[in-house]
Amino acid sequence: MIHLEGLTKRYKKADRNAVDGISFDVRAGEFFALLGPNGAGKTTMISILTTTLSPTSGTATIDGHDIVREASAVRRIVGIIFQRPSLDMNLTAEENVRFHAILYGLYPYAPSYGLMPAAYREQVQGLAALLGIAAELQKPMRTFSGGMRRKLEIVRSLMHRPKVLFLDEPTAGLDVPSRRTLWEYLTTIRRESGTTVFLTTHYLEEAEEADTICIIDKGKVVSFGTPDRIKSDLVQEYVLIDAEDRGRLRDELARLELRSDGGGPFRVHVDSRHTHAALKAIDTPLTLVRTHMPSLEDAYVEIVGKVSE
Amino acid sequence: MSRSWGKSVSEVAAVLTLAHRDLIKLLRDRARIVSDFAFPLIFIGILGTSLQSGFGDSSNINLLHFVFTGVLAQTIWQSTALGVISLLMDREQDFSQEIFVSPISRYSIIFGKILGESLVAFPQFVAILAFGMILGVPFTLEKIVALIPAALIIAVYGGAFGVLVLSRLDNQRQANQIFPFVMLPQFFLAGIFNPIQHLPWFLDILSKIAPMRYAVDLMRDVYYAGGPSVPIFDLPTNLAIISVEFVLFMVVGTAGFVRAERNR
Repeated sequence: MIHLEGLTKRYKKADRNAVDGISFDVRAGEFFALLGPNGAGKTTMISILTTTLSPTSGTATIDGHDIVREASAVRRIVGIIFQRPSLDMNLTAEENVRFHAILYGLYPYAPSYGLMPAAYREQVQGLAALLGIAAELQKPMRTFSGGMRRKLEIVRSLMHRPKVLFLDEPTAGLDVPSRRTLWEYLTTIRRESGTTVFLTTHYLEEAEEADTICIIDKGKVVSFGTPDRIKSDLVQEYVLIDAEDRGRLRDELARLELRSDGGGPFRVHVDSRHTHAALKAIDTPLTLVRTHMPSLEDAYVEIVGKVSE
Repeated sequence: MSRSWGKSVSEVAAVLTLAHRDLIKLLRDRARIVSDFAFPLIFIGILGTSLQSGFGDSSNINLLHFVFTGVLAQTIWQSTALGVISLLMDREQDFSQEIFVSPISRYSIIFGKILGESLVAFPQFVAILAFGMILGVPFTLEKIVALIPAALIIAVYGGAFGVLVLSRLDNQRQANQIFPFVMLPQFFLAGIFNPIQHLPWFLDILSKIAPMRYAVDLMRDVYYAGGPSVPIFDLPTNLAIISVEFVLFMVVGTAGFVRAERNR
């Protein structure tokens, strides 16, 4: 569905590439998460893929359409939820949706909701009901909470039934219940419509649900794969142990040929299947035993940390 | 349903939608309505009236009428120009992000914005006209009817100038910084409040470059038609200059804007 080949962007007057020769593929229907610290190039990449920014070099296609040569065709098949809210606060919720629908050529222009075709009214009511904001459709945007605004942006972005939905940190600034509701809804949409979801986020637990994760830093891909693969490839499991008699423990670890580091507590590098046997073999009385099973967050911090060094 | 709509019909619908949005924004923004109307009324009511009472007797023309026609043209021209330049600010926030990722052409965005800002300028035109009548500026029905197309031409011309400025700027901060240098000198070089027939040669050159001058002169061509020879150029000359500049501003400005949009 999405194909990137050596995609590069260098902003005017910048001394390094914001996106630096990135290549990968995203399959149709996939939930793809792009992770990276601030300034890693995530929003730049979304801007390029949604055709609002030209790449300096490299190519990208979405559903076979080149993002530069066929920008208009690409815009018709993608939806985007921006990092910063993109609703017009001077309009009502419905006007925001209506103007989107007309800009996408879905319906002819009409100056009021009542004059819009019945098909439009049904579609907008259906989507709004699904998100629980049908009663608020005619109210001014200013009266909407942050969570409701995000929901409306989703309603709007789905009006033209996009094949790919880009979500640029969509839950930033939302409280936990709003974030959860939003994800439940997005999961339903994805299951029912088969929409490809391309997400950038700072919330790692959101990325853990993804089919594929791509971690970028300073414009380069530093890790790519399933969440499990990223965890297993890049962060080692270990057991943290300590004893009052650290010298004796150090000698014992050496004698047992258990690889370790640190001067106490000691990191003993064993995988989860061999932890029990390793601990059983140690005679020195231990004052600390802590297993380290890396979460995706650990993997992320470790990967980004290594790159920054 | 929907997708069978022809591309050109969609583009027209998009232009109308963008214009509709600008008009709604004006009507729902009370603070803006007040500020949009306050300045022209202050200029005409205070400056025009005081100039006429102070120097009116020694002048060949009525200075209230002179300032009125100047401010009328300047308000419309500047309102559309600044409205179009506000695309820069819009681009950095709210709904315009949405406009720029929609499949409509960048040209439609520009046309929609110019049309919308021209509609926004129209209530100002009506209000200034009404205020002029209250102050005793003489009008005939024919004159009012003739001023409407003149106002429309001035609005669209101001919009084209806005596109040209827009294409040279990266953000709203830059726009705020250059605004005093682009707009304020034109207030005096365009002859809104002051006659510009006998300027020193260097100011005369600058005055002839200032696009606002031709908007003001066109308005006076229509208002003073058949009366005192206040305008500098006649109507066909002003229309010809405005037409050439309009095309130039639109072509250079839109091309520059579209290129700058994608090549940041």
